[in-house]
Amino acid sequence: MKLAYYPGCSLEGSARDYDHTVRQLCRDLGIWLVEIPDWNCCGASSAHMTDHEIGMRLPIRNLLLAQQVGLDILVPCAACFQRLKAADQSLRADPGYWDVKDYSSPPAIVHISSLLARDDILARIREKVSMPLQDLTLACYYGCLSLRNPRVTGATDWETPTTLEQIVRAVGAAPVSWSHRTECCSGSLTLTRPDIAVRLVGDIVRAARRAGAKAIVTDCPMCQANVESRQLELGQAEPGLPVFFATELLVAAISGSYPAGQQKVHLIDPALLNRFFSQAAPAGEGPR
Amino acid sequence: MNSELIPTEAGNQKFLQKLQAMGIDVHACFQCGRCSSGCPIGDFFDLQVMEVVRLASYGAEDILLQSKTIWLCAACETCATRCPNAIEIAGLMDVLRSLALKKGIAPAEPRVPMLHRSFLDSVKHWGRIYEIGMLAGYKLRSGDLTGDMKLGLQMFTKGKLKLVPQGIKGKAEVRQIFSGKGKEYDR
Repeated sequence: MKLAYYPGCSLEGSARDYDHTVRQLCRDLGIWLVEIPDWNCCGASSAHMTDHEIGMRLPIRNLLLAQQVGLDILVPCAACFQRLKAADQSLRADPGYWDVKDYSSPPAIVHISSLLARDDILARIREKVSMPLQDLTLACYYGCLSLRNPRVTGATDWETPTTLEQIVRAVGAAPVSWSHRTECCSGSLTLTRPDIAVRLVGDIVRAARRAGAKAIVTDCPMCQANVESRQLELGQAEPGLPVFFATELLVAAISGSYPAGQQKVHLIDPALLNRFFSQAAPAGEGPR
Repeated sequence: MNSELIPTEAGNQKFLQKLQAMGIDVHACFQCGRCSSGCPIGDFFDLQVMEVVRLASYGAEDILLQSKTIWLCAACETCATRCPNAIEIAGLMDVLRSLALKKGIAPAEPRVPMLHRSFLDSVKHWGRIYEIGMLAGYKLRSGDLTGDMKLGLQMFTKGKLKLVPQGIKGKAEVRQIFSGKGKEYDR
């Protein structure tokens, strides 16, 4: 399988390890990625929230570049995914409105979890696992933008999605049933109104604990950063819940190791994974 | 919320026409309250989401543009997703924010548009986000020089922040998108 790849800005910055594990996982699963040449920022929330025109034209440039690559686009970031979908929808309806002459072969836009939760890919993951994360209780956390608005994202199960649960089950983990799977982490308000971020993250983490989760797993770089960083301000009596990327857990289970370089990027100590990898973990760098 | 009567003839017709042109059918609201009850930020709002929708249908633009709500909305899309009449409520919030900026109305939560501005400046300059530059721009604009210093340092020492910005080749194309020239900006 060959896909165009749109990493997005987070995966070049604060979520670089997400990018590494996406690329590693795709190598492991025989998925060939072609990074969209010279891609630009999708505009994220800031663009569409303040200027419709800019919010559409930024992702449109990426779609046109992807159309030249001629492959469907894999998008790991939930925010980028939603912005590309919104632009794609508007472009398909009326390319002329956006001064686009040819949008006759639009690429499909695929969020990472819907790719990984495909039956054939799940089978491949199960085949490759060398160190199952047996009975690790995880709260699968989706957040907002890979699901909502379903009129844009095309999500079919936006209130009770199951893709992350299916994915982590494939590596032996035990997803818990809990209440806050699709609640908002506050997004970019975390910088301007940290008080609101702390409240929402506190609700999410308490809900995950109530359900018996030992960690949270997500597919959104914004959620990962917010739920780990704002947890530090909750004054929790117990150690915080680390927030993993789904791809991070998959790469660990497939490779049978959880390298020190990967552990280091967490703001909350992910030591609970060591019981699976204590003998297998080689010292050194994170996955490349 | 203000309990004075809002005369319908005071409604801003241009505003209502803009919503109609964008397919945001605020008149379809029957005040069921699903939007407000699902909103994760509602506790911090000065106008609840269902009030925003109803005021929009009155064309009561001024009240809306001066509210905190339009800036505290996180664009999580829970309201629009759950609206039984499929009103594009999150799209309505987008329209309100951009109108407030275009009209130069002092934002009730000034730091929020400052962050958006810093973010977009970075995109305009490099074509992609350069996080350190974006954050520095926001800190200078907002005067919030000390907030999250510890977190920033932690992220820095963990190698989560890229030190050197990486501009794209198509910077000129991206700047064109921001330039405000051309017929599309009359829309």
